Amino acid sequence: MPNLNLDIILIAVATASACALPGVFLVLRRMTLMSDAISHAILPGIVLAFFLTHSLSSPLLILAAGATGVLTVVFVELLQKTKLVKEDAAIGLTFPALFSIGVILISKHASSVHLDIDAVLLGELAYAPLNRLKVFGYDIGPTSLYVMSGLLILNLIFIIIFYKELKLITFDTSLATTLGFTPAIIHYGLMTLVSMTTVGAFDAVGSILVVALIAGPPATAYLMTDSLPRMLILSVVIGCVNAVIGYMIAYVLDVSIAGLIATVTLLVFAFIFILVPNRGLLAIARRHIRQKWEFAQTMLVIHLFNHEGLPEAHTESEIAHLHEHLQWEPTFASQVVKYALNNRYVSQKAAQLTLTDRGRTIAQKALVQ
Amino acid sequence: MANFLFLTHIDYTLIVVALGAALLGTVSGALGTYAVLRRQSLLGDAISHAALPGIALAFILTGSKTPLILILGAAVAGWLGALVILSIVRLSRIKYDSALALILSTFFGFGLVLFSLIQRTGNANQAGLDTFIFGQAATILERDVLTIGILGGLAIIIMVILWKELKLLIFDEGFAASLGFPIRLLDILLTSLLVIAIVLGLQAVGAVLMSAMLVAPAVAARQWTNKLNLMVLFSAGFGAFAGVSGTIISSSTTGLPTGPMIILCATLFVGISIAFAPKRGIIFDGIRQLRNRRSLKLAVSRLLKNPQKESK
Repeated sequence: MPNLNLDIILIAVATASACALPGVFLVLRRMTLMSDAISHAILPGIVLAFFLTHSLSSPLLILAAGATGVLTVVFVELLQKTKLVKEDAAIGLTFPALFSIGVILISKHASSVHLDIDAVLLGELAYAPLNRLKVFGYDIGPTSLYVMSGLLILNLIFIIIFYKELKLITFDTSLATTLGFTPAIIHYGLMTLVSMTTVGAFDAVGSILVVALIAGPPATAYLMTDSLPRMLILSVVIGCVNAVIGYMIAYVLDVSIAGLIATVTLLVFAFIFILVPNRGLLAIARRHIRQKWEFAQTMLVIHLFNHEGLPEAHTESEIAHLHEHLQWEPTFASQVVKYALNNRYVSQKAAQLTLTDRGRTIAQKALVQ
Repeated sequence: MANFLFLTHIDYTLIVVALGAALLGTVSGALGTYAVLRRQSLLGDAISHAALPGIALAFILTGSKTPLILILGAAVAGWLGALVILSIVRLSRIKYDSALALILSTFFGFGLVLFSLIQRTGNANQAGLDTFIFGQAATILERDVLTIGILGGLAIIIMVILWKELKLLIFDEGFAASLGFPIRLLDILLTSLLVIAIVLGLQAVGAVLMSAMLVAPAVAARQWTNKLNLMVLFSAGFGAFAGVSGTIISSSTTGLPTGPMIILCATLFVGISIAFAPKRGIIFDGIRQLRNRRSLKLAVSRLLKNPQKESK
């Protein structure tokens, strides 16, 4: 059966894009863990709405759970405002309590309602297309595709309309307040969107992996760029690529799709983390090594410059002497001399080193600094 | 007679579960103090989620469901996750919260992949996964209580031996470094102790709620004292009390799962502490403010009535 399910790919791509957009602002505002809290804390909202509607994909459910998410944010902030609890502890207190209430509600009424808690927490992308949206009896596609596309458009519109305000409260909250903006309105607007997106996405990927979609692509993009528009676009692109690759691998291996998308998210992050130019691990290591040799060469020319034209110059400028004076290992010293010769900082006659004009200017510059 | 035997059986199970929950609460309460004071409350959440692939791998490699082997796998994966988080923060511009969320969810996702693999090969049912996520305190056996007691006791002993060093680490890392203490090593050690507390609790309260076992007792204890040693003691006490009371409440009615009940008890303690703690609590603080305002008003009115006398 070599046909990939297009519906699944579309749902995955829509979900990834919808999650990545608000994720960018969460990552930049250091509030990523709020998405973790929201994704767990909406459980009681989902359960209560499910009691009323008996359906996991009704719009009421998204609204109710979205409201629970905003309530979570309010709780966390209220706790913080007492100044008795720090932000991280406030988050760590609020969502387990709400989640516990959700679990208790489910097991109390387990006999009367049929709500599969695994479906809420873990999701299963493979089943998402089975739930079809029907208009006048016509099958127009999977419900969750419409839900996620709607949320994607909503997020996009919010970001486009309030782009300036979002940027301001992200990078300078106090300036935003001084200029007369009300950060609270934008803040709660953003949190409402995060809540609703999380609820919409749990159906497809489950509430824990939503966090991977919200935090992963923006964190990866953050490693690659300093500009907000570029970070937004990159996040969406990375999110979509992760989703598609994840689905294909999961299809081949026949394993959990959402789980594999999360795994690919981690691998792509690790790949960028190591290889990105300028800020990657590799670049940092390479710069570190280059700086070491540059510093050693500068030490060498300064040493030669200090003794230039003085009586002791003859002994001081012997290669073998570097070991004693600069406390360099002989192999290290000869390597430095080799680099310095290549750069034409010094010239060598037998075992004697003499500064070139170029080396002299380097030494003078280094000493002035 | 049969009825009577049935009752004693229930009581015995209840005692074992309550004992396990109490020990667990003690260990996680004591160690959670450090996490809360270092503002790493959610590190526990990350570790408990990151432990999932370890459990799956341990099962795939050994093919056994022995709790100790699964705990070992969970510990290795959770520990690795915590180290990766700390390294990401140290080596890049990614902030702590993003690193935490990323590792938490992606490790968990990888664990799900492994579990779906196990399921597909028909090797095991999904019961292991459910236990991991939600916990099943009711399945705590005598053997598990012993494991919790020994490993948890070991963690507490290490904490007591390194009391001075850990205290310095959490309150003034820079000073500790300048005195020549191996900061990075102590940091890893403290994280390892947290990992022990967390993997011990996974079976009872599950991955999602384990973080609250670390955070709630410590936050409650913080309201009653400004001293580290008292805070650790109070926190351990709150943790144990939450464990026992949660177990008893959940056993009194059917359909009340133990893990969530324990968490709700601990959360209740936090609420009580925040409201009623004598020095920091909201209520006494409010009363104090009211009294201050009144005495200020009295002083002002006296000053207005009799300005010369008061100003002298």
